[in-house]
Amino acid sequence: MADVEEKVITALHDHDTFLDSSELIINMGPQHPATHGVYRVRLHLDGEKVLGAESYIGYLHRGVEKLGEHGDYRHYGPILDRMDYVASVSNNLGYCEAVEKLLGVQIPPRAQYLRVILTELQRIASHLVWLGTHAMDIGAMTIFLYCFREREKILNIFEKYFGARLTTNSFRIGGLQFDTYDGFEAECLDFCNDFPRRIAEYEQILSDNRIWIGRTRGIGILKAEDAIALGVTGPVLRGSGVKFDIRKAFPYECYADLDFDIPIGEMGDTYDRYLVRNEEMRQSRRIVMQAIEKLPDGPIMGKVTKVIRPPAGEVYHAIEAPKGELGFFVVSDGTTTPYRTRIRPPSFVNLQALPPMVRGQLVADVVAIIGTIDIVLGEIDR
Amino acid sequence: MPDEIKKDQPESKPPAPDSAKPAATPPPAGHAPGHPSVSEKKLATKAAAAASTPWTSPLVEEIKKRFQGSVIESHTMVGQNVIILETPSLIEVCKFVRENEIMPCDYLVDVTAVDYPSREKRFDVVYVLHSFKMNERVRLKIYVADNETIPSVTAIWPTANWLEREVFDMFGIKFSGHPDLKRILLPEGWKGHPLRKDYHLQQMDDEWVKANLNIETGQ
Repeated sequence: MADVEEKVITALHDHDTFLDSSELIINMGPQHPATHGVYRVRLHLDGEKVLGAESYIGYLHRGVEKLGEHGDYRHYGPILDRMDYVASVSNNLGYCEAVEKLLGVQIPPRAQYLRVILTELQRIASHLVWLGTHAMDIGAMTIFLYCFREREKILNIFEKYFGARLTTNSFRIGGLQFDTYDGFEAECLDFCNDFPRRIAEYEQILSDNRIWIGRTRGIGILKAEDAIALGVTGPVLRGSGVKFDIRKAFPYECYADLDFDIPIGEMGDTYDRYLVRNEEMRQSRRIVMQAIEKLPDGPIMGKVTKVIRPPAGEVYHAIEAPKGELGFFVVSDGTTTPYRTRIRPPSFVNLQALPPMVRGQLVADVVAIIGTIDIVLGEIDR
Repeated sequence: MPDEIKKDQPESKPPAPDSAKPAATPPPAGHAPGHPSVSEKKLATKAAAAASTPWTSPLVEEIKKRFQGSVIESHTMVGQNVIILETPSLIEVCKFVRENEIMPCDYLVDVTAVDYPSREKRFDVVYVLHSFKMNERVRLKIYVADNETIPSVTAIWPTANWLEREVFDMFGIKFSGHPDLKRILLPEGWKGHPLRKDYHLQQMDDEWVKANLNIETGQ
């Protein structure tokens, strides 16, 4: 009897049978609904468990940095709209400020406040897209429709103001192109007054939901020291408990005059990042309300020459975009064309944290972790 | 909508005549013929703002003391501090900058390069660093020649992994000691490095396009 058993066991070892678990490699993407764009991740699996992951990006590369070297300083704005296309206002803000810094121009207070109002509304809109899609990836369908309902209100304001809903462009070097339309303030306030009730709704659906907690609590943990070493920024860094926000660290525009808090997480898991982004939406709403209350009258365009010709030099300027630190490194050689326009996209750097976050998790959690990093491929690939 | 289009037009028209005029007039008065006095004043202040002034700090002093001859120059430009280093001392200095007590830069913000083809050492490689302790930033810069291999800082800041890969992809600068140095945005096997100044805007690797996409050209 023992002989037979031994024979069976050796037979099983000799031939690869179902008892052997060998490493399986699967490709997720580039066309996959949960990768939020054309992004491919190669997963090494042992059954359901993820042993490792490699990212492949560049499917959406359009040479945005190269294009910047081939036009007037002002021609670059509309190209930048197409980077992080769910937060195009932030992209423009970063670039305009970098060039303004190089030029040494001050922009009028009214333009500063309007810029802040618009970028904070955009932050809310961007986080709403994140929450909706992230929740849908995990299986909560309703929340997606709720989030897009509120985002629609913001986009309606944008449509009236910018004339566009997605690729918005009104920020100019030195100020703004358009002043507000009649009823802009009232519409923003309408939204702000209604919004807390809506966030409460999302939290009612998700925060105490057993499935949501099961899918996010303890998933994709990123410790504070790892987060810093990997250079992640934005809600991902703050979710890990590091209190760092460019708006506080290096205040730009009129953020120094506005009162807001930086929420941070404790564990650095997917649930914490969810709480952080929710709180950020509340804080953004607070900023919008304060900015509207303080909104001064006056010109919206500073004294800038018609031809933008910054003195030779270089500048690195960063802003807090919805996804993290969005930096622009602009080098001028004293002509009307930028010599070099480097973009430091937050998603690009944050995505590097994916492999350490998915290691040891289950395949299904990879979807949750990609969602929680909040990537936009237009910005990663540029 | 129509309102905005109307507003857009006068804004976008002027550049052509404006940029044509300065060429005819002497350079100092070359800007914005609309209000010359204002713009001239502005120009003067601007030039001063972008000028780099020598900068020193305890950190720079300490680097100079510890690593003799490592610092070429340190200056402030538009309120931002830059230290220009000799390439051989890069790793030693980076380790020190990461771990020192004065201003420990634990967060590597960005690694990038700028191409100046006319220079003997044609590339600037720039490291933007942030110190959480001091809430301050500093830029390190080295000059790199074509085909020169520079040491990778991935062992000091893991963030550098993708950032250096991007510099390699776009400029062809090689990093020694990098765990996985290959193209990141462009496909493997692509010829050329697009962000070099001698790479034309419309240039592409037609061979690669033909072989992989079955079309004559991507243009």
